[in-house]
Amino acid sequence: MDLARHWRLKDQRYRLEGTVCADCGAKFFPPRQVCLECKSTNLTPREFNGHGELYSFTTLRSAPMGFEDQVPYTVGVVKLDEGPMVEAQITDVNADALKIGQRMEMVTRKLRAQGDNGLIIYGYKFRPETKAD
Amino acid sequence: MRNVSVVGIGQTQVGEHWDRSLRDLATEAALNALRDAHVDHADAIFVGNMLSGQLTGQENLGALIADEVGLRGVDTLKVEAACGSGAAALHVGYLAVASGQFDLVLVAGAEKLTESSSCNTTASLAMAADADYETVHGISFIALNALLMKRYMYEYDLVPEDFAAFSVNAHANAVHNPNAMFRSPITVEHYKRARDISDPISVMDSAPVCDGAAAVVLMATDNLNGNRARAIKIAASAIGSDSLGLHDRRDPMWLSAVELSSQKAYRQAGIAPQDVNLFEVHDAFSIMSVMSLEAAGFAARGRGALLAREGAITPQGKLPISTMGGLKARGHPVGATGVYQAAEVVQQLRGEAGKNQVANAHVGMAQSLGGIAANAVTHIFVN
Repeated sequence: MDLARHWRLKDQRYRLEGTVCADCGAKFFPPRQVCLECKSTNLTPREFNGHGELYSFTTLRSAPMGFEDQVPYTVGVVKLDEGPMVEAQITDVNADALKIGQRMEMVTRKLRAQGDNGLIIYGYKFRPETKAD
Repeated sequence: MRNVSVVGIGQTQVGEHWDRSLRDLATEAALNALRDAHVDHADAIFVGNMLSGQLTGQENLGALIADEVGLRGVDTLKVEAACGSGAAALHVGYLAVASGQFDLVLVAGAEKLTESSSCNTTASLAMAADADYETVHGISFIALNALLMKRYMYEYDLVPEDFAAFSVNAHANAVHNPNAMFRSPITVEHYKRARDISDPISVMDSAPVCDGAAAVVLMATDNLNGNRARAIKIAASAIGSDSLGLHDRRDPMWLSAVELSSQKAYRQAGIAPQDVNLFEVHDAFSIMSVMSLEAAGFAARGRGALLAREGAITPQGKLPISTMGGLKARGHPVGATGVYQAAEVVQQLRGEAGKNQVANAHVGMAQSLGGIAANAVTHIFVN
């Protein structure tokens, strides 16, 4: 069971919590212990608002184990307005309607279920922006 | 540091070896390499492998292979760097001889990917990526390459057919390689009709899941005593690294690890990219070939695909690549691939590449990538 692992990641999965460097202001998601820009170890938690632009996307016809029943599904990279890039599934939209550069927003969804008696893993996905906020 | 030469090579055929185990394949390749080197021992054995634990339930490959080849007792360990594991094992072998610690070293790369269901193999190969921020979202390794290819096509205004020449070249070259998995040529029409796996990547953009093993024997160049005409010197062995995750790249359109390891290797060998006569590129996906050609200094940014379209990459071109079929058509048994590449460059520099022989080949480069070039291992060989 990887229960502890998914619990450990709850702040990232539910709130897009990364880190910000207290010395140079660089922002990171996923969180880091060492700043990529200035090597400082003085980083503190920072939540991201989940809005950004679609950098790239693809639809999988062949899935890794645990995702077979979701095929076909679409995944993408979103460049957040605040800087970092995030990879996730794209939801609530037909992939044919997606375009690189379009506005996206984070939503919380079920990522996968580990069988009938296992964990249900929740986390972020992205969908086309419904309204700017 | 001492100079190091390759004095023996061995390869098994690449394919779906339902009748053979990982240890069978590794042992065959290792024994072939020792025979080719006319030696019956080695001071140490380094085994490159990525997924033996995950897919065959077997770890501790160093001791296992040492024992199987009749060298129980020698120094040995397994080296893992995802799909670059074989080349990383060669790097370790090179350092072990160059440092003066050992005079004669066997490097073997072995992988058995067909032992499990295809969705398990797909999930296992994705272990090269970031488990917490990529794999958990169902992003396969193919999907990562597809994300790169789609963005690349967007930035440089390309269509999938612009990548076809890489697969056509690889298959044409594999026809004459008895160790290759796909020994049939393909055309641009085949490429265009191929089934999508993760758009824009089709089966014709992507290397097959397969089994195989290759090995090389390394010797201190000073110990050759002038009686090994077929010895090929390793002029450079260098690794560069980058983030595992695509999202963590400052510039996802540039393979920094490829640039770092290529530049280190050129400096070690005292050469420039234009001195390279043939390049065994990491063509696991055609987008990786394109981006590697750019970051290794063979094409300007955004121009990697053009190089193929102009015919430069064929055996008669100015930079032949995938000369024995590459990962696409020889096959990509991941942890063995880097050692296959080394053995093939040695074949070319010995003048033993048969119908795929590159004329006047004196400098050959092999480059193997782990993950989406989270690590890049570059070797330069000279005859």
